[in-house]
Formats: sequence, C-alpha cells, structure tokens
Amino acid sequence: MTVENTAARKPRRSSKRVSAAKKPTSSEPQLVQLLTPEGERVANPDYDRHVADLGPEELRGLYRDMVLTRRFDAEATALQRQGELGLWASLLGQEAAQIGSGRALRDDDYVFPTYREHGVAWCRGVDPTNLLGMFRGVNHGGWDPGSNNFHLYTIVIGSQTLHATGYAMGVAKDGADSAVIAYFGDGASSQGDVAESFTFSAVYNAPVVFFCQNNQWAISEPTERQTRVPLYQRAQGYGFPGVRVDGNDVLACLAVTRSALERARRGEGPTLVEAFTYRMGAHTTSDDPTRYRHDDERAAWEAKDPILRLRKYLADQGHADEAFFTGLEAESDTLAKRVREAVRAMPDPDDMAMFEHVYADGHALVDEERAQFAAYQASFSTEPDSGSAAGAEEGK
Amino acid sequence: MAVEKMSLAKALNESLRKALDTDPKVLVMGEDVGKLGGVFRITDGLQKDFGEERVIDTPLAESGIVGTAIGLALRGYRPVVEIQFDGFVFPAYDQIVTQLAKMHARALGKVKLPVVVRIPYGGGIGAVEHHSESPEALFAHVAGLKVVSPSNAADGYWMLQQAIQSDDPVIFFEPKRRYWDKAEVDTESIPDPLHTARVARPGTDITLAAYGPMVKVCLEAAAAAEEEGKSVEVLDLRSMSPIDFDAVQRSVERTGRLVVVHEAPVFYGSGAEIAARITERCFYHLEAPVLRVGGFHAPYPPARLEEEYLPGLDRVLDAVDRSLAY
Ligand SMILES: Cc1ncc(C[n+]2csc(CCOP(=O)(O)OP(=O)(O)O)c2C)c(N)n1
Repeated sequence: MTVENTAARKPRRSSKRVSAAKKPTSSEPQLVQLLTPEGERVANPDYDRHVADLGPEELRGLYRDMVLTRRFDAEATALQRQGELGLWASLLGQEAAQIGSGRALRDDDYVFPTYREHGVAWCRGVDPTNLLGMFRGVNHGGWDPGSNNFHLYTIVIGSQTLHATGYAMGVAKDGADSAVIAYFGDGASSQGDVAESFTFSAVYNAPVVFFCQNNQWAISEPTERQTRVPLYQRAQGYGFPGVRVDGNDVLACLAVTRSALERARRGEGPTLVEAFTYRMGAHTTSDDPTRYRHDDERAAWEAKDPILRLRKYLADQGHADEAFFTGLEAESDTLAKRVREAVRAMPDPDDMAMFEHVYADGHALVDEERAQFAAYQASFSTEPDSGSAAGAEEGK
Repeated sequence: MAVEKMSLAKALNESLRKALDTDPKVLVMGEDVGKLGGVFRITDGLQKDFGEERVIDTPLAESGIVGTAIGLALRGYRPVVEIQFDGFVFPAYDQIVTQLAKMHARALGKVKLPVVVRIPYGGGIGAVEHHSESPEALFAHVAGLKVVSPSNAADGYWMLQQAIQSDDPVIFFEPKRRYWDKAEVDTESIPDPLHTARVARPGTDITLAAYGPMVKVCLEAAAAAEEEGKSVEVLDLRSMSPIDFDAVQRSVERTGRLVVVHEAPVFYGSGAEIAARITERCFYHLEAPVLRVGGFHAPYPPARLEEEYLPGLDRVLDAVDRSLAY
C-alpha cells in the first residue's frame, strides 16, 4: 500500500487550503470486515481461519459480553447524572472493538488500557465496580493490575503505550510467549510517547499489539486534526504492519487481534491495529458534542451498531432464540442493579488515606505531616467549641 | 461604560479577544480551543470571529504545541497556547524548560520568545487524577520563565494582556475553581505592572500572602479573624516569578508576622522561598517565624478527599493563631 502524500505537493502558501480541507486525500482503505452492518457474514481469506473455531455458543458469548458492557456503561452514565460519580467516559459504540480484541487475549497476556476500556476490563474478569472508584473520586485506580493482567487506567494521553512496549520487551527477555496489548485513541496518535513506543517496539521487536480505537473524535477534534494519512498506515514507516479493521464488527476485531497477537508470540514483533469505530455519545459526561458535531453523523453510525449487527446474524442463523435475548435482558438488569448498589455503598476514603502508599519504603516527611494532620483533625473533636477557629484560644 | 461585572472565565475571554484584535501577530493555539471554545470555554467564539488562522486547533500533542509556538515566536508571532489541564503540561515540560526558557540567553538577547502558556490549575472542582495539580514551583524554579497567576476577573483581564505584551515567556496559571467567580472589571483603567503584589485587604496584626485560588480563602479567613478582633492583611502576590518581595517586606514591617498560603505542596514550594527571603530581609521585624500552609507531600488525592488536602479557612486561621501565639 502506497501512501499518497498529496499534501506535500500543494503550493507553499496553502495553509488556508490545508486547514480547510477536512478529509485526508488518500482514498478510504478497505476495512477488514467479517460481518456487514446488515448482519451478513462475508468471507475473508486472510482472517476467516482466526474465527473458524467459533460455534453458536461462542457467538452468543460475544453478544452477551457486548450487551452487558453496554448496560454497565449506561448505568455508569446514569450514576454520573445522579451525582454518584464525578465523571464518566462512555464507550457507547465501541463495544465490538473492545470485546473482539479483549476476547482475543490469553490469560497470560497483559493489557495497558486508557480510561475507556470498560469492555476489555470485562473480558479480563475485572469486577466492573472496581472501575468506578476513580470516577467516583474515592481512589486513583485501586485495583491490583497483576491480578487480572489488566493495568490501571491511564489518563495522560498516550503514556501507557510506552509502558506496554517496555513490558513487552521484558516478556521477550524472559523468553515467554505471551503478548502485550496497548489501547489508545486516534487523538493519542499525535503524542510523542506513541511515536516513541512505535520506535522502541520496532527496534526491539517487542511482542506488543497497538490497538487504536479510532472513534473519529478527540474531544472536539476530528481525526483529520491528528493525521493526514489513515492511521494504520503509520506503522509502515516504523517497519511493522498496520491493519484497519471494522471496529463495529466484533468478529473482525477478534480475528485481526488474534492474528496480531499470534504474530507477536511468534517473535515477529509489533502490529498496529486501527479499529475504525465511532464514539456515539459525548467524550465524557463533562463534554457537550453539540458544539462541534452534527447529529446526522451519529445517526449514520447508529446504522452500523455493533450489537444490532450480531443480533441479526444470531437470529438469522438460528443461533439464538427469544428466550436467550430476554434472559440476557434480565441478566443486564441484575448487573445494573449490582453496580448501582455497589457504587452507592462505596465508602469515602479515610482522611488519612492521603498519606498511605506515597512511598514503598516510607519517608520521614510524610510521617511528620501525617502526624501533624492527625493532631490537627483531632483538635476539632477535643475542643468543646469546635467552630472554625478551633484551637484558637489555647494559643493566645 | 468601562466597568463591567464578569466572571474570570469571561474576563480571560475578553482579554484574548482584545489581544487578537489589537495585534495581528497574536495567535491562540491549543487542543479544542476552536469550535468547542476550550473545555472551560475561555476561547469561546474566538475562532468564529478571528478564523482558523488565528485561533488554531492543534493536534493532541503538548510538546508539539509548545515547540511549534517557539518556532512561531521566532518568526515574529506572539502565540498564546492553552494547556488543557495542569497535569497535561508535562509532555511539554521539556520544550518549556530546555528550550523556551533558555533561548533568549543562548542567543545573547538576539531572539525574543513572547510565548504565553495558559494553564488552568489547582483543585477544588472534584476532578479525576491529573486535573488538580499546582506545579507553579516547578516553573518558577527555572530561570528564563516568568510565572503569574490572577486571583480575580479584573486581574485576569489585565494580567493576560500584559503577559501577551511581554517579550519573555510567561507561564500563566489560571485558578480553575475561580473561573466562575464574578468581579468588576474596569477595561479602561491603567493596571498595576504585571509583577507587583497588591494589598487585597489591609490589616495590622499579621500578613497572609497568597496567590491565585488561595486569595479568596485568605480574604474569608481575614473576615472571620476580624470577628475575633484580629486585623489580618491579605497580600495577593499575583506573580510567583519574579516575586514582589518589596511589597511583602513592606507589609511584614507593618505587621511583624507572615503566613504564606498556597495549594501546592509546602515542601520545596513557593512558601519556602518567601519564608527564606523575608527572614533575611525582615529578621528584626518578625515577631514569629514565617509559617506556611499548603498541600502535603502526597499525590493530590482523589476528589472525595480534596477538601481535607486543600488549605481551607480553618487551616489558615489555625496558622494565624499559631503565629500570633509567639
Ligand atoms: C497529555 C494529555 N493532554 C490532554 C488531555 C485531555 N484529554 C483527555 S481525553 C482527550 C481526547 C482523547 O482523544 P483520543 O485519544 O482520540 O481518545 P478518546 O477519548 O476519543 O477515546 C484529551 C484531549 C489528557 N488527558 N492528556
């Protein structure tokens, strides 16, 4: 695949024209797709074998994962609206990209997520309520990354791609045959850290899969504000393969990720997967997409909904009956209820928690400040008159 | 009418508008500053009125934003860049510290770098990790950078224009939890010079020195202390590099006592610098050691604990009492 860089051939004083041109000039590349938006299975000679093992039960499993993940996400959004969470980053529309890639992983693989990989976390067996602590404001993560090989969420854009690369370098040094996957967005592709992770992973042949969910937007900035060539083509310049997959097709995402992971396991190095998908909702609950995005765009993507597409396929093939779908609805309700109750019951951390885990080996200043703060807090309860000037009189 | 009541956010917006209007070399750059108007809406409507060539949506790359702003400044522009949140300035820290701060000196004064880096900073809005940091000391420590922070709308309006007019790089910290506080802004009066402190409330018993988000807390503390018969002077430093030590000295010579208040961790913070200098300058005037109130040597905590972490009225009053007890 050659990259047509027409931008470079424009006249020099073309800054107006360049910034006015909204679409990359190269033609839209082919997506790897196994299931059309209408729910029809299409053959693909390169990737069919990666999903050949899937029977009706596995297909229902993927469907169930997507439905429960969407429900969890909707419940979290509702909890934010009710003031139970400070913020929520919804994955609505990205279920296939996350479940497809997440289900491609082996238990001993290692995941480095952003802050939106709720579906991948689900696939890793992370209790969904664990994900909510940082959004409620009671911790900064709070789970042990080692227990599910699922790293903490990373908010600083792009940082985790380097961690994934280093981890993968370690896997290779150990002679292990597991693989590492790093998630990031189309916006993140502009960060220096991501470029550096591409360089390191290529140079050291690290067993890492870069899974970019191109959901078309980085808050208000469209992908065209990040790149002039399709993102998957970036890999070529670093010397490893890039592939674009229909991010709303769970089968294709599963197949492409499996293929990339196998390549990593064989010692052939990194792959960039660009899952072409769409962020159906706001960037986060603090965002207002009406300021920069047209509604008709969302409508066009709704027609490609990852869940509906698999539902059609399952029904058409007779792989699932009504009882399955209604049963799943009941299961979703139960999950939502469990999440809601768990969040409401989540206690605020103890004041002294601030001073915990600042260092592994302790630190004299932290000990001193902890003691001072404890004495200060205690002064409120021991003073008979515990107004705002508590402790004032004793000093005078 | 030159006097108008507006929020700090609005004042900053008006200030950018005026700067874009008066000087065609002024550019506004950053993530989401265009159609969205910035996540805090500080650049609201600017792209609509000044176009995409003046109000530039950038890729999501902070090192790129500051690095290209340096190049634009070398070419004669005056870029005002927005870093979306305090915790996200660090990808650009290398460009700011190793390049922006030092180029003027390296070129023996032959190049000027009139770049303003706007950073919404500080806590108190219940945000997630990396959205509530106070890294001002990290910048003030670097020679070649000027560091300022307005505490109110009027200063926001004027200090931003002064920063843009400065031929030096200015790190402009905006106290995000004060964005929605309103104050009278006189858009015609001649403002104080950028790096001067201002007596926000006169008093005779003790001086509270603060800047940015903590000025309001100190004013509230002074009001509360008055009810107990204590006269507290509040100094709004406005600039953290340089610091108007003369103004602090004048105040301390009157009151004999000083408490420095900031959100940033106390350890190696700006309070340490002020305490040391004022102890040198005012040793014989001081009735008590200079005290500091600020954050702890711990990561900024999750939102549900930030009220405990941030200095509030009680902790400031507690320090006032400790100082007066000497
Ligand atoms: C270094 C850094 N800069 C800015 C931000 C603020 N921010 C949070 S998410 C975001 C957009 C991310 O877009 P993308 O990488 O496409 O991922 P998406 O959220 O769309 O999944 C921005 C600018 C940040 N978190 N980190």
